[in-house]
Amino acid sequence: MASYILKRLLAAIPVILGITVIVFLIMSLIPGDPATAILGSYATPENVEKLNRDLGLDKPLFQQYFIWLGNMVQGDFGRSFSLNRPVLDEVLERFGATLILAGTSLVLCSILGILAGVISAARQYGAADKAITFVVLIGISIPSFFLGMMMILVFAVNLRWLPVSGMYAIYGGGDLPDLVRHLIMPATALAVVATGVIARLSRSAMLEVLRQDFIRTARAKGVRESRVVWRHALKAAMVSIIPVIGVQAGFVLSGAVYIETVFQWPGVGRMLVTAILTRDILLVQGGVVIVAACYVLFNLAVDVAQSLLDPRVKT
Amino acid sequence: MSVAASLRLFARNRLAAAGGVLLVVVVVIALLAPVLPLADPYAQDTANKFLRPFSDGHLLGTDHLGRDILSRLIWGTRLSLVVGLVASFGAAFFGSTIGIVAGYFGGRVDNWLMRGIDMLMAFPYILLALAIVAALGPGLVNALIAVSVVNIPFFARNIRGVTVTLAHKEFVDAARLAGMTDLRIMTSEILPNVLPVIVIAMSTTVGWMILETAGLSFLGLGSQPPVADLGSMLGEGRNALITDPHASIIPGLMIFVIVMSVNLMGDGIRDALDPRLRSGALTRPMARTTVDRDSVPEPPADPALLDLQDLRTEFRVGKRTLKALSGVTLQVRAGECLGLIGESGSGKSVTALSVMGLVASPPGVIAGGAVRYAGQEVLGAPFSELRKLRGDRISYIFQDPLATLHPLFTVGDQIVEAIQSHHAVPRAEARARALALLEAVRIPNADRRMDDFPHELSGGMRQRVGIAMALVNEPDLIIADEPTTALDVTVQAQILALLDDLRRERDVAILFITHDFGVVAQLCDRIAVMYAGRIVETGPTAEILAAPAHPYTRRLIACVPELGGGRRELHAIPGLPPAVDDLPDGCAFAPRCDKATEACRRGEIALEGFGPSRALRCLHPEIAPEEARA
Repeated sequence: MASYILKRLLAAIPVILGITVIVFLIMSLIPGDPATAILGSYATPENVEKLNRDLGLDKPLFQQYFIWLGNMVQGDFGRSFSLNRPVLDEVLERFGATLILAGTSLVLCSILGILAGVISAARQYGAADKAITFVVLIGISIPSFFLGMMMILVFAVNLRWLPVSGMYAIYGGGDLPDLVRHLIMPATALAVVATGVIARLSRSAMLEVLRQDFIRTARAKGVRESRVVWRHALKAAMVSIIPVIGVQAGFVLSGAVYIETVFQWPGVGRMLVTAILTRDILLVQGGVVIVAACYVLFNLAVDVAQSLLDPRVKT
Repeated sequence: MSVAASLRLFARNRLAAAGGVLLVVVVVIALLAPVLPLADPYAQDTANKFLRPFSDGHLLGTDHLGRDILSRLIWGTRLSLVVGLVASFGAAFFGSTIGIVAGYFGGRVDNWLMRGIDMLMAFPYILLALAIVAALGPGLVNALIAVSVVNIPFFARNIRGVTVTLAHKEFVDAARLAGMTDLRIMTSEILPNVLPVIVIAMSTTVGWMILETAGLSFLGLGSQPPVADLGSMLGEGRNALITDPHASIIPGLMIFVIVMSVNLMGDGIRDALDPRLRSGALTRPMARTTVDRDSVPEPPADPALLDLQDLRTEFRVGKRTLKALSGVTLQVRAGECLGLIGESGSGKSVTALSVMGLVASPPGVIAGGAVRYAGQEVLGAPFSELRKLRGDRISYIFQDPLATLHPLFTVGDQIVEAIQSHHAVPRAEARARALALLEAVRIPNADRRMDDFPHELSGGMRQRVGIAMALVNEPDLIIADEPTTALDVTVQAQILALLDDLRRERDVAILFITHDFGVVAQLCDRIAVMYAGRIVETGPTAEILAAPAHPYTRRLIACVPELGGGRRELHAIPGLPPAVDDLPDGCAFAPRCDKATEACRRGEIALEGFGPSRALRCLHPEIAPEEARA
């Protein structure tokens, strides 16, 4: 197992390098002088020239990439001009908030999605199946940012059950119950679409598995039906559900950009949107690279989980 | 698969049709925007800002600058639809081009292109879109480009997959030999064949792209004021969400309606094109076979261990009914081995599975007859009682142990589960019992094998596990459904010998299903011969082998080659078994039988006593009843 993880880690290196290349190429599309773009149009010519030299922007593209890469490897992602602090510090701080939000959502949508999918499959064409199918259809069609806004209207403004936005109360907040109260709405809004997708996939994966011969064997042994469904069938179905959860993690992370904006969540998504609007290019660049690299590592973890579940996977 | 059939299936899907209608309505309204009597979407009237819906002159009210929301909604819808469609076409064009080139050329070109695509897919999609917007600057066109680029990998992968299979087809080789250039082949030979896949992929992604561009606009990165698509309307409305929610709710609902109708249609298209859905193959079998019978036969005068009485099992697929069993009657006595033999499709396996209600249902239905275990009717019993019999009193051994053992549980756990499903014994004790059984079926190093997964064992070893699992609760009857068919001949012999030893040691009855007379001769006390869902002849093995009475039995025995039997001809039986949804009147074997007369093709022929210990369903037996002795 350890050698398998090591092998996967080594395989992740070229992918992360590829990510840096793509981000670098995209950023080289910036029209005009990048240093001006980074410093803003009011920058003095001296500053522009200095930054050009610091970033190696006077050198050919090829060399620029390696200078940038070399800096990143040493933990230097540059300084955000709008926040006047190192990009790495800012991104890591914000990323923590995003992980809390997206992680909660991912757990929520995995559990609810699988539950709904299994029940749906076990009661195929029954009332529960039809109800779940209908709710799922609405869930995957509703834009998360719109859903978030409607939740604010209902649960925060009208019912006053939950806080409108933010991560902690400004006065007297900061403890775990406070965080949870702030987390409920954004995490739910963020989870809805992914829940629907996972429910749909779990249902079809379960239907596929329930037709297999080994399910008939379990029934022929006299195994209780609940155990046939939740243990025999679900375990086999997880083999195809887990990769989908991995893919959905990307969608949840993406959806977090909208949800963080709607709920004023101090995460990396809202940071990126603000950075784009203020043309804080280094912050965008660093944020995208760091988050994408973490996502690659997360997918690696998904693969490892898969190999733990299925002994037939070559490790 | 015909287009007409797919269309019919699509139309029958009411939800998909509703989605289609809804979408057409939205699109038509958006198309008609220039000629509809709408207010100017940009005319500001700050004195009348945030008018509620149903105000004078403003059906849906006004926004924060006093602009007419209805007008802005329709123009915004138009813009969102256009942007989504253009993004979709862009992604489809570039993605398909990459996919076709990669799939057609293969090798290094394929490798490099797909590596690049994999890199793009390594991003959570929005990061890539944000990076592109960051570089190009906020704006609707740039947002469109970003969304388009992000979706290129989806098309590239799908189209490449289809192209790879096409690239080696004869018509492509022919085109190459005819001297066509690669470009010509790709555009005139490959493209027309992948076009349907491209269209389907677009139908499933266009809703998504409309949503994504709306999302970027919502964030302020897409359309810029005063122009507004649905996303930026929603984004502007958000600033007054609490005081004037209608300015947010209206555009939000519109996005929801569009995305849902596109999703509904996409689902309908996918279902209509997925042939598995039409055949009903995606239904899952329930815990027991459905029983739908008018009456239950009277119990037999001399109940045996297992009595099947006039058992009728059908498969109901759509309007067709396939009668797999048309009245099977047989008995298995305690401790005996009964061989049930017949060609494939004769109903042997259905008989075996019907006993414990394991015929996949839907589509299987037990439409008549009874199964009695020790005199008690089983099919009508509550499920909890049926379950208690399964694997405890009556257990199964199936044909292919790789498919019938659970791939993700160790063999030890699977045997332990068989015990614990029926007996509340501690796990350690159950494990010890499982181990003893694995040793009894002669698995070497059984203690280490306990923790192996099925795929780590050889075929013969796996079947020994299957046998151990069937024996573990000391059942009265084992139903073995062709347990040696999937194995090598040498392994077959070992497994048969093992089964024979075990049944004598443990005094367990076996219902042995096979198509092989050689196997029957080695193992079984009695034989029942099956043809087209019925027993046609039954009696002691030796008697029937020596003097078969039914013409079908005789032909079946003649099919078995004998080692050292000289130059005996192999008599394949001419003709095919009848289709079970179209059984002829009278004897089902008559069309293939050289002794058949008019009488054979009329009316029911009963299974009647034939000699002292046999029964036969035939008007023209091969031997006289007096000869029916070994």
